[in-house]
Amino acid sequence: MKPKVGVFSFTGCEGCQLQILECEDELLSILGLIDLVVFREAMDKISDNYDIAFIDGGITHPSEIERIKKIREQASVLVALGSCAAIGGINCIKNRFAMDDVLQYVYGDEAHYFDTIPARPVDAVVPVDYYVYGCPAIKSEFLHVAQSLLMGVEPQIPNYPVCMECKIKENVCMFDKGKMCLGPIIRAGCDALCPSYGSGCEGCRGLVDNPNADAHKDTLQKAGLTVEQLMQDFTMFCNYQLEKQNE
Amino acid sequence: MSNLNINVHHVTRVEGHGNIVVNTKNGEIEECKFEVIESPRFFEAMLRGRRWDEAQHITCRICGICSIGHTTASLNATEAAFGIQPSEQTRLLRRLLFHGEMLQSHILHVYFLVAPDLLNVGSVVPLANTHKDVVLRALRMKKMANEISRILAGRHVHPCAAVVKGFTKLPAEGELLSIKQQLVDAIPDVEATVDLILTLELPDFERETEYISLRHSEEYAFARGEVIASSDGDETDIQNYRQKLKEFIVPHSTSKHARANRDSYMVGALARVNNNYHQLSPMAKSAAEKLGLKAPCYNPFMNNVAQIVEVAHCVEDGIQVVDQILSNGLKEEDLSVEVKAGTGVGAADVPRGTLYHEYTYDENGIITDANCVIPTGQNYANVELDMRALVPLIIDRPQEEIAHLLEMLVRAYDPCISCSVHLLNVRFV
Repeated sequence: MKPKVGVFSFTGCEGCQLQILECEDELLSILGLIDLVVFREAMDKISDNYDIAFIDGGITHPSEIERIKKIREQASVLVALGSCAAIGGINCIKNRFAMDDVLQYVYGDEAHYFDTIPARPVDAVVPVDYYVYGCPAIKSEFLHVAQSLLMGVEPQIPNYPVCMECKIKENVCMFDKGKMCLGPIIRAGCDALCPSYGSGCEGCRGLVDNPNADAHKDTLQKAGLTVEQLMQDFTMFCNYQLEKQNE
Repeated sequence: MSNLNINVHHVTRVEGHGNIVVNTKNGEIEECKFEVIESPRFFEAMLRGRRWDEAQHITCRICGICSIGHTTASLNATEAAFGIQPSEQTRLLRRLLFHGEMLQSHILHVYFLVAPDLLNVGSVVPLANTHKDVVLRALRMKKMANEISRILAGRHVHPCAAVVKGFTKLPAEGELLSIKQQLVDAIPDVEATVDLILTLELPDFERETEYISLRHSEEYAFARGEVIASSDGDETDIQNYRQKLKEFIVPHSTSKHARANRDSYMVGALARVNNNYHQLSPMAKSAAEKLGLKAPCYNPFMNNVAQIVEVAHCVEDGIQVVDQILSNGLKEEDLSVEVKAGTGVGAADVPRGTLYHEYTYDENGIITDANCVIPTGQNYANVELDMRALVPLIIDRPQEEIAHLLEMLVRAYDPCISCSVHLLNVRFV
């Protein structure tokens, strides 16, 4: 029996779902191996009966808490797809302000009509079985996780920093160019894409499990950069992790 | 006269979340609306306190499909605020990058989201069995489009190399030649796409409205424009966009609606073709003729045809842009930026229409105020007026058919709902 798969979107840009559609070479093979029953962005719904749920986007509205709980009850395997779902990501910049303040800034006089809660990743509400990291989710990692689930083996997600992949690619170190980079503490798996394109790592895949913060501080000092500058960049994708650290 | 009670929850095959609600009593429309129920994201509020060089990396995350469009509008806004004129090399590279996004978005929309309606299936999945050549062509064209974005900016969804003044990495000559070859190879696929669309029957429905797009004297306006052009004949400076476009809040939508000269207006491929037809490439014009798209066209369903016309334009213009870049020769450019306090407005005509970003910077290049006006939000008022005009014409048909036609109408606009509600939310009552 082919597993029944659902793809569900919460608050986000839906770019991670788009990444699935952008597996142009693999898409037809994948569709041959699974029964895709929910994927609102790409098809009319077929069934609410699914085994595996991929979640794109984060939790930022009260109604989304109930919705993710229902999906968790139905799915035997739940995968967080991309930064918003997996680590909170860009949505959580909002949490740096009071909710009343962001409502007021955007709605002015109509603010009282609307509602929002501090943004959070999926595993702040329900248990998550597997994670696909990145903003957007990395296609190859999505394919690896999907393939592993189909074969019944554990997916292998890198738990070493972006620097490892950057070195293998023989890129000039961003710090040698005097640019800020989060590569020393951020989870690899993106093939050091941003540094390879001349742009410092922005941290979209989140921290590795045991980041070597002291070594990163030394590197910053040598490049004439400060921890304050680093923290500004860090809050773009990892604000939720920062909140948890400060609790 | 029968009473209608249509409530399509979560329209599928669109980007984001929306509902269609239509109620009639004795043939009279009591309620006719497109409800937007997407969650809020508050990007404008989040931008306060961020550095100038973070702006495009944050705002591109408003939308996965028009990520390059947001990046471009964002860079245009920051450059306007700092008084920077990008070089010809940067302008040409951005134009090519923009074509990559336009191609992928239009192909995705026409093949994956619209074609299933016209072939009477629920998604592209069954087409893989019944029309395998069509699906393979769609995937091939999408891959070609994404390859352009990958080479120039690292990836299509959330590009990393496009920055103020230029690109942090320039393509190698061989990579540009590869883009050109892929565009040349795509021409037969463009022709086959035109032939496919010819065999499909689009609903025959017209409602004249105001069409708004950017306009540029030197090119068909996508990545940059000089003025905001209206089909009513007036032109407005981009920095005065707030005077031309009036945004307003309706209770049933998390996204703001907008109007200009009239009760509503349309943006997107059809508006651009209507306003700037003379600047389309020869291949695009001949596609338009073959498909019976004659500007001005007042059938919103023809927006899908206009998208295919633009696909032809992007392929042909893209080839010329590559030739121009190669003949100029690529050189590393100075990307240093002198920040200064001030406000800048940037616009781009992205796949779904005209997009505006406006930022105010302090003397350290930190954003103190931000505003973004999204194409899909601008179209909602027009979608609802179209629905009001269409329902009486089809009211005698079975309810399911009416609901399906209304869904097709919404889809024809290619709404990017998650984009349009980057700032608003609805309360469920």
